[in-house]
Amino acid sequence: MTTLAVLVPLLPFLGAVAGLLLGRTAPGFVRPLAVLPPLVALALAAVVAVRQGGDQTVNAATELTPTGSVPIELALYIDGFAALVAVLVAFVATCVQIYSTGYLRDDPRYPSYAALVSLFTSAMLLVVYSGDLIVLLVGWEIMGICSYFLVGHYWETPEARAASLKAFLVTKLGDVPFLIGLFALATDAGSFRITKVLDAVAHGGLDHPTLIALLLLAGVAGKSAQFPLHTWLPDAMAGPTPVSALIHAATMVAAGVYFIARLLPVFEASQAAMVVLAVMAAVTMIGSGLAALAQDDIKRVLAYSTIGQLGYMTGALAVGDRGAAVFHLLSHGAFKALLFLAAGVVIHAAGTNSLAAMSRMKDLSARVPDAYWTMTEALLALAAIPPFSGFFSKESVLGAAEHVATGHTAHAPGAAGWITLVAGLLAALLTAAYATRLWLLAFRGRGAEAPDHGRQPLTMTLVLWVLAAPSLALGAFTYRVLPDWFDGRDLTPTLTTSVVGTGVALIGGIVTYAAWRHTIAVTARVPLGAVAAHPEGDAGLVEAEAIATHEPAYGDLAYAPDPADPGRLLLGPLHRHAAVGFHLDALYTALFVRPVQAGATLVRFLDREVVETYVRGAGTLPRWLGTAVRRAQTGNLQTYVSALLAGTVVLAVAVVLVATGA
Amino acid sequence: MHLAYPAVLSALLFCTGLYGVLARRNAILVLMSVELMLNAVNLNLVAFDVWLSRAAEETLHSGQALTLFTIAIAAAEIGIGLAIVLAVHRNRGTADIDKLRDTAEGHDPDTSDDDARTAPQAAESGRTGKAEATA
Repeated sequence: MTTLAVLVPLLPFLGAVAGLLLGRTAPGFVRPLAVLPPLVALALAAVVAVRQGGDQTVNAATELTPTGSVPIELALYIDGFAALVAVLVAFVATCVQIYSTGYLRDDPRYPSYAALVSLFTSAMLLVVYSGDLIVLLVGWEIMGICSYFLVGHYWETPEARAASLKAFLVTKLGDVPFLIGLFALATDAGSFRITKVLDAVAHGGLDHPTLIALLLLAGVAGKSAQFPLHTWLPDAMAGPTPVSALIHAATMVAAGVYFIARLLPVFEASQAAMVVLAVMAAVTMIGSGLAALAQDDIKRVLAYSTIGQLGYMTGALAVGDRGAAVFHLLSHGAFKALLFLAAGVVIHAAGTNSLAAMSRMKDLSARVPDAYWTMTEALLALAAIPPFSGFFSKESVLGAAEHVATGHTAHAPGAAGWITLVAGLLAALLTAAYATRLWLLAFRGRGAEAPDHGRQPLTMTLVLWVLAAPSLALGAFTYRVLPDWFDGRDLTPTLTTSVVGTGVALIGGIVTYAAWRHTIAVTARVPLGAVAAHPEGDAGLVEAEAIATHEPAYGDLAYAPDPADPGRLLLGPLHRHAAVGFHLDALYTALFVRPVQAGATLVRFLDREVVETYVRGAGTLPRWLGTAVRRAQTGNLQTYVSALLAGTVVLAVAVVLVATGA
Repeated sequence: MHLAYPAVLSALLFCTGLYGVLARRNAILVLMSVELMLNAVNLNLVAFDVWLSRAAEETLHSGQALTLFTIAIAAAEIGIGLAIVLAVHRNRGTADIDKLRDTAEGHDPDTSDDDARTAPQAAESGRTGKAEATA
């Protein structure tokens, strides 16, 4: 059992190493090396999950070498949550690797891309299985660097370069407090082992629970793209779509949520931290919902949607229900990966990533029927319409919030319950609205015929149907199987929240539909469009070009001046602000980027003008002396000999004077 | 013979040589003056050797040996010196030390007036020099 579990993160790692080594010398091995390790890891993770069965926690550790005061051990800690999340990670990673073989089939950098995705998968599995916080941190940082490289896959475009740097710096901004928080936690608990930390918390052994929880929360906010550190995620969409699906939707951004779920008792030890968590979740949910409604790039809509759904998970954690949080993590991982992969197919077929341009194409749905049907299903799951999986997971979150709000529990403050419940219902309305808008604009366009790019590769469409299964059916496990793996708490939807939640979702959808009917007439009158220049290229190339041409065509990365957009009608004057993410980027530019750049200018000035002045001054005196001495070089030999003679005479006289003692 | 006579003579010889080195403009004469100085030193070596060996019981006459040495080296040196002067004269058409100022600070070898003015002349004298040498 332990060996199997160790092999799960190890196999993709070996695959990554082999892929990097053989990428140039043996191109034929690259695709098998990319697909097989995650596939085997998926099988092993499934075996581990079934054997674990939610009962006995696998808890093994080995200490490689003594590391001083607080020991660091290679430890496994596999409870039901870890087992199921690992299955999800391996599943989505396998799907993405298969999809990438078609998506990036002509890409010259495919070998390194596949190896990095494998390395990322291995790091995420390490985070999921690790029982030691420092080992977990290692996986956490490897994921960060993989994300940096993969977002910058199209480093020829300035958008990708800027986005990869931004993603790296913003997440690091959270990771520094995270590291300090881990140290503080280990100092208080006396160990980095999760089991020992949880023991210490259970016996009231933490001296500074609020400080530790808030420090850890900063890292979680950076990784899971929660307000106020969420700004990197929409820009990270400059990476290839499979990367967005795997890293920026299904797995890596869920690592923060998963981390809190693992250490929930640490957070529960501080009521203040739980309220902060709830406020963070509420702001994230509502803000991202509004922003998603105003985005023009289809992938940015999905990115803001991811931020919002992660907000649901943190909300569930704020009310102390990690079962609901991880359940939503699982179902969201499946349907959001599906949404992104389908969006990749749609972008390829349409030759653009702009919803405004898609809304002027007729019959896009007929061009890509697989993407159309699976995306419809995933959007229904996203909008939490029964009986799709999103409904069950979202209702379990809302149910938990309602449970806490009505004061049935002592482990979470009632305020957190109310905040999460109200924000969750509002966000459900917004989610349904932007899901409907996305679907209507992408697939119900009017205007010219959509361009024909031939059939999509089988690897790309097949994966969509594979991912569609859990999006559809995961909810069915709510009643029987899932609670065994989780804490055993009830996950079934309660009547009140189900009715209210589904009701607001329907209202959101219907209002958006009405707005769309209202604006549809304008669509034909305002021609818009930025379509990629090389529609015959592979999907990755089309997408890179679509992202690169969006700003020249519309003047902004996220915004299109489309009067026919139902989101514009719904948001009214808010639309302008929502499209740019409520000016948070501008605020951060004014608050942090400009001061740092001004500081850099100051340092440059000090170096160039002050320090170098001293250096130059030190050099000036010898140069003057040298100039004076050079004057003596007349080139006349006899002058030199005369000087020599004069010197000799002077020396001789001096010696004589000294010798005679005068 | 008293030591004062050769010592004074060598001092006179040395001063004459020194004056020649400092004041003469022709390189050949400068070399000759250098020879005078060398020989003044030789004279000193011999005189002092004789004076010292008179008091000693046994002597190797190292002063005289050194003189022979100096004469041999001076012969070689003057050969090389004269060859250099000859080569300079062939190139520049002159052996005037005052005009050979190529090592002066700020001297630009490309726009040297000496070079520009004396180049054809030098070539001509070079030919004649070679002709003389072969003849």
